[in-house]
Formats: sequence, structure tokens, C-alpha cells
Amino acid sequence: MSATLLIEQLINGLQLGTMLFLMASGLTLVFGVMGLINLAHGSFYMVGAYVTALTTASTGSFLLGLAAGSLAAAAAGAVVEVLVIRRLYQRSHLDQVLATFALILIFSEGTRWLFGSSPLWLSPPDWLSGSVALPGGARYPVYRLMIIAVGVLIAAGLYLLISHTRLGMRIRAGESDREMIGALGIDIRRLYTLVFALGAALAGLAGSLVGALQSVQVGMGEPVLILAFVVIVIGGIGSIKGALLGAILVGVVDTLGRIFLPALFGHFMSPSEAAGVGTALAAMLIYILMAVILAFKPQGLFAAHD
Amino acid sequence: MNKLTRAGLGLLMTTAVATAQAEEVRIGMITTLSGGGSHLGVDVRDGFMLAIDQAARDDIEVLIQDDARRPDLAKTLSNEFMQRDEVDIMTGIIWSNLAMAVVPSVVRQGTFYLSPNAGPSALAGRLCHENYFNVAYQNDNLHGAMGAYMREQGFERPLLMAPNYPAGTDALAGFKHLYEGEVVDELYTQLGQTDYAAEIAQIRASDADSLFFFLPGGMGISFMKQWQNSGVEMPVFGAAFSFDEIIIQAVGQAAIGAINTSEWAHDLDNAANRAFVEAFREAHERTPTLYAAQGYDTARLILSALDEAHPDDQDAFREALRAADFASVRGDFRFGPNQHPIQDIYVREVVEGADGKPTNRLVGLAIEDIQDVYAEQCRM
Repeated sequence: MSATLLIEQLINGLQLGTMLFLMASGLTLVFGVMGLINLAHGSFYMVGAYVTALTTASTGSFLLGLAAGSLAAAAAGAVVEVLVIRRLYQRSHLDQVLATFALILIFSEGTRWLFGSSPLWLSPPDWLSGSVALPGGARYPVYRLMIIAVGVLIAAGLYLLISHTRLGMRIRAGESDREMIGALGIDIRRLYTLVFALGAALAGLAGSLVGALQSVQVGMGEPVLILAFVVIVIGGIGSIKGALLGAILVGVVDTLGRIFLPALFGHFMSPSEAAGVGTALAAMLIYILMAVILAFKPQGLFAAHD
Repeated sequence: MNKLTRAGLGLLMTTAVATAQAEEVRIGMITTLSGGGSHLGVDVRDGFMLAIDQAARDDIEVLIQDDARRPDLAKTLSNEFMQRDEVDIMTGIIWSNLAMAVVPSVVRQGTFYLSPNAGPSALAGRLCHENYFNVAYQNDNLHGAMGAYMREQGFERPLLMAPNYPAGTDALAGFKHLYEGEVVDELYTQLGQTDYAAEIAQIRASDADSLFFFLPGGMGISFMKQWQNSGVEMPVFGAAFSFDEIIIQAVGQAAIGAINTSEWAHDLDNAANRAFVEAFREAHERTPTLYAAQGYDTARLILSALDEAHPDDQDAFREALRAADFASVRGDFRFGPNQHPIQDIYVREVVEGADGKPTNRLVGLAIEDIQDVYAEQCRM
């Protein structure tokens, strides 16, 4: 196992982590502020990717596509919040899960009905394709480095937004005491719509960025959603800081586990057995990590409501 | 009340019609028309129905149901087809795990099943049955052919990659069976995985001289796009499942240069194939995939056998199927003793087509008259 491979895998883990952070930050905000479990978060991821693919195909500009994807996801989020989610805040978590699961089905079938089930085509633009040399000689795709940069920028932006603006103050107030902030004369309904749309926009951005790397198709959001839930449970539900740390932890552990576990088992097993056992264990690794963390910190690393 | 009477009358009438056409042949198709990988089912259906429409016979009724890639649903649908609709022939299943859930009980109960795609090893060997015909391939065929081809082309250190599930491990086993040499490493990914950065880094760090992978559906699309941007220079090989016309359109330029094995190619030069590709393009405004070709061949095999006998005359109909007396779009086609094809496997390369979009081009023959290794386990 050479040092270059290790460095490259660490960057891969970081890249997966920043992408997960974009998903998880919206999810954790919505849960922290409104107390809502939103399973349909992955649908906004898909909406972002589809709109980006379509806009990029028709205008030829990837940046325009990215902007359109995030905005469309935000718009979809706002509409869904006003039409459906608003009625769920007072309901039990089970009702929320049922309703947002229905939203997943509606979004997926709607998308299939509109665009068919074959994947759409979306690739990174020419100026972001190709690879650069890393210290140590390995080459790394420019596009993945860009995703890391975007993730870092968004994390910094969110930090500034939450800790240094009036909106952020209201979000934090909403997290600690929902009734009180309403009593203070703040339009809580508008705040909720805004937070929900912000979360949806971040998910849409994640979907757009990843869509160019993977494939833009119906149901692309759900696997990521599961990881995002793991992230916010590890990080502490409602905490942006927790989401960031949890995302990077999950990203790095998952990536390194996938590579090093099969190699580890290879020392005392036949190659095909080692691959089988190692891969199976690697798939479980982040859930084991989650279980261990919850055993010691039942509220997650940074509980919002301590 | 009035409504109910009318409904009752309607029901009576349909029963009457059904009795009147006692000689009618009913074909039940269970295939994947929604969810992940539904383009396979759509193409099997479109290819199949093209042949049925071309035949223009009024004594054939085809019932089509969507299994959504769920084994339990496929099982329920097959029971409905057998008990309620009393179909004579069943076909359509794409995925091997669904085929394993459905086929054994269908053929045991005396219904014919013709597979237009799935070819799990058990049905070719231990569980083979006189009423089961596979018109596509045994699953190992295309992978094994690629093993033989890469050996012949002088690659000495291939690295293999597949998802960690039965068809994935079978694919690599099939490859190694005919490659007959050392492989550098075998990477197993998770089924449905979309990010391959970790695997690509590992491939880069290895000293392999070539990559063979089996990543069907969306997995292959994601991998090829990431592979192109990784800067790793290594020839890429796979079976046609990762390089059908629909997948390479979604992959785009990244697919160019990939070599893949298939039992059929849209530019294969024979009269039946030329007519098929032209008719399919006209009807659906796209180039058919191998799945469409398999659906078409399945329907034409059924039609050829129906000219000889009705499925109610089981022995005669079975003999007619075994004879495989139809012009396959693959050229030569015949059944082995386990009623799986013995056929040539071709090599195709993904090239830039006339319209600038990637398409497959026939390069040559990978292996002649390949037969699966499970035939000897079959006692019929």
C-alpha cells in the first residue's frame, strides 16, 4: 500500500464527505428547525440533477446549468413546503415519514413520466475535465477537486449565514424554541419555507455536481439520502457543525474501508474469499461506526438540543 | 344494478369469445418496464412485439406485465398468467434472480418458458427442463468469450471488477474459465454503487495492463464517466451489458474505444438482421440493443414453431422449438442438449457514429460456437 494511494484515497474520502455534507446540511437544518423528517430530500437532489442536465444540454453552459439546478430545487422545495410539508409540522413523525415517502414516489414517477427511464446525459465541461498531478505523482480529476472546493465554500457560507446574519439568528432561535420565536412576532411560516428551500437548494446543488460524475436517472437520490441520514445521526441531529464532521468521517471511513478491508483479509484468506468478506464488511462499516458513536454519545457528536 | 348487469354481460361475452377461439395462442410476457434498468425490458418488449406485428396473425394474443424488477411481483404475475389467463407460453424476464423465482415452477406445471435474456447457470445445468428454452445466452457466454479474446490479443495482466452479487461473481468466474491465466486482482464493488473513485485509485496503483469489468445498467454509466476523467490510460473491456446502445449514449465520449463482446451486433451482415434493424429504427426511432434482438429472435422462434404445431400438442411444439427453424438476426443459431444456444460471440468496439454520437461497430469474432459448461450437468 503506497503513500500515493493512501493520499489519493483520503482525497476521495474528503470528496465524498463534502458531497454528503451538501445533502446532510439541508436535512439537519430542516429537522433542527422544524422537527421534520424529510425523506423526500433525495428527490430535490434528483430535481437539481435533471434541471442541470436539461439546461446544460440546451444552453451549453454547465455553470448556467448548475445555477438553474439549484434554483429549480429551491423552487420545488418552496412549493412542496407550502402545499404539503406545512401541514405536517404538528403531526407525528410517522405521518411525516408516510407523507414524504409518498412525495418520493410522486417525484420519481413524475420524472419517469416526463423524461422516461433512460438516464440523461450530463458531463463536466471541458475546462473541468481531465486530471492534475498530485504531490507524490498520482493524478487526480480536476472535477472532484472542484467538488471539494465547492463543499468548503458552502460550509463557510453556511457558517457565516447561521452565526452572523439576522436570518441565521432566527434559524438558531427556531431551533431552540419554536413557540417563543413566533411569539416574538417573527413570521415563522416564511422562515420555515425559506429554510426548507435552502435545504432543497443545497440538495439540488449536490445532485447537479454529482450528476455530471455519475448518471442522471430516476431514483438517484435515495442511496445518498440513506448516507445523509447516517451522517446527521452521527453528527447530532440539527447541528451543521455535526453534519460537516459526520459527513467527512463517513466519507473517509467508507472510502478507506472499501479499499483496505479486502486487502487486509487478503493476508489470511484466498483472494476471492477476501474480496467477498472484505466488501461485505466494508458495506457495513459506516453503520458499525454509527452504532459505536451512538453507544458513547447517544445524541450524536454535536447534539443541537443539549 | 344496471351497471352490474352490464358488467356481467360483458364478462359473459368475453368468455364466449374465448371459447369460440379455442385455437388461439396466448403468450404471457413478464418483463421490467419500470425502475432501474427498465430499458432492457422495454427493448425486449419492443423487439418481441415487432416480430409479432410483422407476422400479422390474428390467433396470437400477447399479455404484457411489468415486474418492476421485483422477484415477488414476478412470481405473482406468473401465477396469474397460468391460472387466470391460462397462457400457453411465457417469456420476458430480464434478471436472473427473477428467472430463478419464476421459471422452475412455470415449466414444471407444463407451460413453455422461453428466456429472452436471463440465463442463470442453474437453469442451464441442474434445473434444466424440457419446457425451458433460452434464446439469449447462458450468463457466462459473453464474459467467457471476452476472456478468450483478451488472451488471444496478448493481454497478460488483466484486472477484473464486478459487483458483489451472484451474477457478478459468475461473470468473473466465466471470464477466468476461458482466460486461462493469472489475473492481477479482482475488485468487488457494491451492487448499485455510483462512485468509483476508490476503485479507480486502486486500478491506477496496480500494474495491470487491461481492465475487464461487468457493471450493468447505471453502474456502468457512472464508472465510465469517472474513468475518463481519472487520467488512467488502460484499455477497457466488458460484455455488451455495459455497452448497449442506450448506455453508451448516456456515457458519451467516455465510452469511445471500449471493446465489448456480444452475441449480436446491429451491423452484423445478414438479411434477417438488416431487415430487423431497419424495421426497428423505423418503428421506434432508435438503434435496437441486443435485448431488442433477443426479444425479436424469441418471438420469431415461437412463430416458427407455431407454424408446425399448437402448444397444446406439447411434444410436437417442443420438437419444433428444438429445431430452431427460423432466420436468427445473429446468423447461425442452434440449441445445445440443454436447450441453450450454441452460438458465435462477436467483438464490438465503441466508435463515434455518423451523427457524432457513440455507437457499436462490429470488429470480429471472439469465439465460435460457444457452449456453456453447465450443459453436462443437465439430465433431461
